[in-house]
Amino acid sequence: MNSMNSTITGEAGVPEDTIIPVRDPVEEKRQETVEIEEGKTVGTPFSEDAKFALRNVEVSYGDTRAIRNISLDIARNEVIAFIGPSGCGKSTFLRCLNRMNDSIDSCRVKGSLMLDGENIYDPRRDVVELRARVGMVFQKPNPFPKSIYENVAYGPRIHGLANRKSDLDEIVEHSLRKAGLWDEVKDRLDATATGMSGGQQQRLCIARAIAVSPEVILMDEPCSALDPIATAKVEELIAEMSESYTIVIVTHSMQQAARVSHRTAYFHLGHLVEVNETNKVFTAPEHELTESYITGRFG
Amino acid sequence: MSNSSSQVDIVRQSLKRRYRKERRFRMYGIAAIAVALLSLFILFADIINKGHTGFLKTTVTLEVELDGDTMYLEDPTDPDERAMADFMAPIIGALKKHFPDVEGSAANRELARLVGSYGASDIRDLLKENPDLLGTTQTMEFLAHDTVSVYVKHADNPRYTVRLSERQQQWVDELVDKGVIETGFNDVLFSKGDSREPANAGILSAIVGSLLTMLVTLAISFPVGVAAAVYLEEFAPQNRLTDFIEVNINNLAAVPSIIFGLLGLAVFIGLFGLPRSVPVVGGLVLALMTVPTIIISSRAAIKSVPPSIREAAEGIGASKMQVVLHHVVPLAMPGMLTGSIIGMAQALGETAPLLLIGMVAFIVDVPDGFFDAATVLPVQIYLWASSAEQGFIELASAGIMVLLTFMISMNALAIWLRKRLERRW
Repeated sequence: MNSMNSTITGEAGVPEDTIIPVRDPVEEKRQETVEIEEGKTVGTPFSEDAKFALRNVEVSYGDTRAIRNISLDIARNEVIAFIGPSGCGKSTFLRCLNRMNDSIDSCRVKGSLMLDGENIYDPRRDVVELRARVGMVFQKPNPFPKSIYENVAYGPRIHGLANRKSDLDEIVEHSLRKAGLWDEVKDRLDATATGMSGGQQQRLCIARAIAVSPEVILMDEPCSALDPIATAKVEELIAEMSESYTIVIVTHSMQQAARVSHRTAYFHLGHLVEVNETNKVFTAPEHELTESYITGRFG
Repeated sequence: MSNSSSQVDIVRQSLKRRYRKERRFRMYGIAAIAVALLSLFILFADIINKGHTGFLKTTVTLEVELDGDTMYLEDPTDPDERAMADFMAPIIGALKKHFPDVEGSAANRELARLVGSYGASDIRDLLKENPDLLGTTQTMEFLAHDTVSVYVKHADNPRYTVRLSERQQQWVDELVDKGVIETGFNDVLFSKGDSREPANAGILSAIVGSLLTMLVTLAISFPVGVAAAVYLEEFAPQNRLTDFIEVNINNLAAVPSIIFGLLGLAVFIGLFGLPRSVPVVGGLVLALMTVPTIIISSRAAIKSVPPSIREAAEGIGASKMQVVLHHVVPLAMPGMLTGSIIGMAQALGETAPLLLIGMVAFIVDVPDGFFDAATVLPVQIYLWASSAEQGFIELASAGIMVLLTFMISMNALAIWLRKRLERRW
């Protein structure tokens, strides 16, 4: 059916009676082929007040299936964390939510992805409008090589959100305040953004995303390039923002997921294995694979 | 214990070997750079040594009596009389004042040949402009004859043969002592076009021709090259057709320039009926030649824009067009400009295609516009280098220096633009 299964059959040549330690990756892969049932997610993947309603989502790159039949609701104003080992498809899935995968030619998305009842992948849908509503913060801080002011003002300017300079100034100040950066940069708004520290750059990227007043903010491992102090600041920010935005965060740090999110979704090799209240996931996971992952047996 | 110490020994030995390799590699690098710098130095030293005299002119300053009787001229405003008059007579007269004992027509002719043949036309032009000066005595500066100029500048240089008679050499020596014959900065070089006589030949028409041609080349190749590169990198679908186009652009960059000349001759002159020898056609041909270079360097510049910047702009909701125009192109601009200027510098030094479209003509006048017959610097150098008169040798070298100055300033411009644009980001 696909390349992954064939590799597993290839590796299955290990004799059955050999005693294999738990950390052996071959044994783990053997386990999961037995245990994951496609399209089945344990826990509470659905919600009453869904911002995103995603049903039977399949994503493939050429012949490789990266996401296998995932159904999930993301509730309004919740912070949901996507966790899972590398290559499990969590970033791919995140990028479907504002169609950032569009620029990859071989990428195909199937299934129904609804944002407030409207299909995200409707061919008539304008991706520019979608991205104005669903903002994104990337793994590596990627400010434009322009001034701090220009970075934040760029979004409102291209969308025509401010007609006058004073309006734009206000948006910039508001966004920088929300991102907790205003006091640090208010005296040097004309300085180039690339001269800031990594943590400041990432908060600037968050301010830039906030500036177009999106409804949802997608964060793809926003703290992976930051030191603990900068990470703490960004996490604080996420907690504050959760009052007014829906936030989807992909993270490799389980502590981070536990600290910032309301719900946590565990991905494994393209499957959505478990979605539950964050507390529950980290204290009493329902699925065996989730438990192995959070207890550090692999990943 | 013994195991670990032997391992340390092995590592230590290999370290020595590695350091040796590193040192050798560094030496190769230094040697390569030294060879390159040395050849450049030799080239420049040789050109400057041979050619600096091209920037000097030899003049003869004489008190000429503009006497109507000796010139057989009564009315300087009458063109027929001017055509018949002997304007050489005042010059010979003035020279004779320095050498009163010279007698005979052969000696007169030799004496007259100290001043270039354009001396007579200098007097004619003066009288044509100011007819009142007839009958007065004027101090005029004439260009010395080519042979005199070579003798004055290169008397001891074995590479030049002296083409003056013994008598003439004596005269010249005497006049130099008196300060009548002097050398000075060659303003003629930068104020006139080509001439049959080296002393009167200038490079201005070639400089203007080159500038006009380069303007046409730049105006066509830069927008076309950048637009093609942006389309191919950002918008074109990845299919067989675009692969084919890509391969052919790379091939085009390797086509010998003379082929472009033939193409220009067949298409622009043959098919479209554009005139020969004009900067427009030259510029078009050189643009064809430069476009592939610009496309290739622009694509490389666009590719080097980090994808994170693209993603950042897309993530806020910039449209494809906005991503390209607001972020990708400005970031790629320094690279694009550098590539374009290097392509232009290449085009500036190109001769072969221009020979085919007739820009090899003998151009005396400075071209007035894009449709006026012109020549360019490298062609002018080629023409001078293949001329018989000795005076053209140093002019060709001087021309090479002018051309190199152009190239160096273009490259400096490229570096400056690059630095300036990069600092803004």
